[in-house]
Amino acid sequence: MAEYLLRRFLQAVFTLLIISMIIFGLISAVPGGIMNAYEDNPDITKEDYARLRAKYGLDDPVPVRYVKWLGNLAQGDWGNSFVSKRPAIEEIGDRLPNTLLLMGVSLFFTLAIAIPLGIYSALKQYSVIDLVLTTLALAGQSLPVFWFGLLLIIVFSVSLQAPGGGPLLPGSGMRTPGEAFNLWDLIRHMILPVTMLSLVSAAGYMRYMRASMLEVIHKDYVRTARGKGLPENLVMTRHALRNALIPIITLVGLDLPYLFGGAIFTETIFAWPGIGRLFFDAALKTDYPVLMAVLMIFSALIIVSSVLVDLIYTAIDPRITLS
Amino acid sequence: MTEKSSPQSSSAPASSKNSAPSKLEQKPRSFGQLALRQFLQHRMAVVGLAILLVILILVIFAPLFTQYSPTDMVLRDRFQPPSASHWFGTDDLGRDMWTRVWYGGRISLSVGLLSMATAIAIGTLIGLISGFFGGWSDAILMRITEIFLSIPRLFVLIVLTTFLRKLDLPWARAGSFWPIALVIGVLAWMTVARLVRGDTMSLRQQEFVQAAVMIGASNRRILFRHILPNVTSSIIVAATLGLAGAIITESGLSYLGFGVQLPTPTWGNMLSNTQNQMTTAPWTAIFPGMMIFITVIAINFIGDGLRDALDPYRVERG
Repeated sequence: MAEYLLRRFLQAVFTLLIISMIIFGLISAVPGGIMNAYEDNPDITKEDYARLRAKYGLDDPVPVRYVKWLGNLAQGDWGNSFVSKRPAIEEIGDRLPNTLLLMGVSLFFTLAIAIPLGIYSALKQYSVIDLVLTTLALAGQSLPVFWFGLLLIIVFSVSLQAPGGGPLLPGSGMRTPGEAFNLWDLIRHMILPVTMLSLVSAAGYMRYMRASMLEVIHKDYVRTARGKGLPENLVMTRHALRNALIPIITLVGLDLPYLFGGAIFTETIFAWPGIGRLFFDAALKTDYPVLMAVLMIFSALIIVSSVLVDLIYTAIDPRITLS
Repeated sequence: MTEKSSPQSSSAPASSKNSAPSKLEQKPRSFGQLALRQFLQHRMAVVGLAILLVILILVIFAPLFTQYSPTDMVLRDRFQPPSASHWFGTDDLGRDMWTRVWYGGRISLSVGLLSMATAIAIGTLIGLISGFFGGWSDAILMRITEIFLSIPRLFVLIVLTTFLRKLDLPWARAGSFWPIALVIGVLAWMTVARLVRGDTMSLRQQEFVQAAVMIGASNRRILFRHILPNVTSSIIVAATLGLAGAIITESGLSYLGFGVQLPTPTWGNMLSNTQNQMTTAPWTAIFPGMMIFITVIAINFIGDGLRDALDPYRVERG
C-alpha cells in the first residue's frame, strides 16, 4: 500500500513536470503578452520598455525562465498576476471555493438524477419509458452545454417574469448587487448554472448506469441470489446494484477534467466568480502566472482524483488489489 | 473460422454449386451485408443518417439555397426577426442568419472531420504499436497516453489556440480553421489508442496472426494487412463518436472566442456575442445552437446504429 502510494506519487510528480514544461514553453512562446499594453503607449520610452521587460524577467531565454519559475514554485511562490499584481495563488484562493461549491452541488444533482433513472431504465429494458429515457439521454449528450445555458437564460431570466416583477431567476453572478449575503439569494443564483451542468452530465451517467446495471443483472451471482429464494428487491439492491455502481465511481473520477472544462462555460455565461472565469480572463490577457497556476492545480487535481478512484476501488471491490 | 473479414474487403462467399439448395439453407451473407441489414433495422440511426444527409446537402450547396452573402453587412436590416425574406432573421450587422448558418456549417463540419481524422490517425498508430510490440514501447506509449489524459483539455486548448493566433503564421491566419482542427485532434486521440491497443493485444494471440509471423511476414505487413482490418469496426464507431465530440469542442472554443475567428462564420462563433442581444433578438442565439444540436444528435444516433451493426457477436447470431 505504502509502496503503491509512493510509486503513484513519483509518477504524478513526473507527469506534472512534463505538463508544466509543455505549457510553460507554449505560453512563453506567445509574442506580446503582458508587454502588448506598453508597446503602443506613446508615454513609454524605449528605456522604460526595456526596464519593464527586465522587471518581468522576459529577457531571459525560456528554459532559464522555466527553471526560475520552478525554483520559486518549490518555495511556494506561484508568481504575481500581471494584471492585478496580486500573488496568483491568492487570486485562485479567492475563487476556488465558488467553483467547488458550484461543481459539488452540480455533481450531487447529476448523480441523484442519473443513478435512479439509469437503474429504472435497465430494470424495464425495452419498455416505453426505457426508450424515452435512453433517447433523452442521447439528446442530452448531444447538447452543447453553453447553448443550453443560453436557452435557460432566454427562458428563465428574459421571457418569464417573477410574480413581483423582474426576471423569474437571476441569470448572472452569485448574489443580487447591493443586497447583504443571504442563503436564499445564493440558491436562486445557483439554480440556472446547476441545472445547466447537471442535466447535461446526467445524460451521460444515465447511459453508463443503465449499461452497467444490465451487465450485472445477467451475472451468475445474481441468478444464484434469486435461486436461493431472496426477494427480488434484495437481489437488486444488495447483489446487483452494489456491483453495478463500481464502474460509475471510476467514471466520476475520470470525468473531473471535463467537469472543470464545464466550469469555464458556466462561469462565463452566468458571470460566476470562479476559477473558470479567472482562467478565461487570464487567457484573454496572456496573464501567464495565473494561467500556469490554474493549469498546474487542475492537472494535479486530476491526478489526485485518479489515485483516489483506485483507492476507493480497492476498498469497495475485494477482487481488486493494488499492484 | 478465425479471421473475421473486414466490412470493406469482404464479399459474399460463393454458395456451393453442387448441393441443391434446400429450404433450410440460408443465403450466405457477408459481414458487410449483415451489418447493413442490422443498421437499417435501427430506426433512429436511419433517421439520423437522413437528417445528416439533408444538412450536408444544404451546407455543401449553400449558395444554391440563398440569395444573400454570409458576410455582407446590411446595417438598415439589423435584428430583423424571422420572416419570409429572412427565414432565420438577421444578426447585429444585418446579415442573413439562414445564409450564415449553412456557410458556418461548412467550417464547423470541416473542423469536426479534420480533428476526428487526426485523432483517429494518431490513436490508431499508437494503439497498434503499443498493443503489437508490448514491452518497452508499450510502457512508454501508455505513459504518454496517461500524461495526455491528465491534461485539463479545454484549458490547454484555450492556451494553444491563443498561441497559434498570436504567432500569426502565414499558413495559420485568423479565420483559417485547420490549425484549430489539428489542435483539437492532437488532444483527443487517447481513447482510440486504448481501444486499438486492447483489440490488437487480443488479435496478436490469434492463430492467423501467429501463422503470418511463422511464414515470415514483416511486422508492417502483419500490422496493416492482418491486424488493422480487424480493428476497423471499433475504429469506425470511435470515429463517429469522435466526430460528434469534435464538433461540440470546436463550437465551445469558438463560442468563447478562442476558436475560428470572425468574420468567418461557424456555429460556435455565431453564438459568441448573442448573450447581449438575447432580450431583443433571441433568434440569433437559437438557430446556430440548434444546428449544432441537430447535427450532433444525428451523428450520435448513427454511431449507436453502427455500434450494434458492427458488433461481430450480434452478426453471428443474426
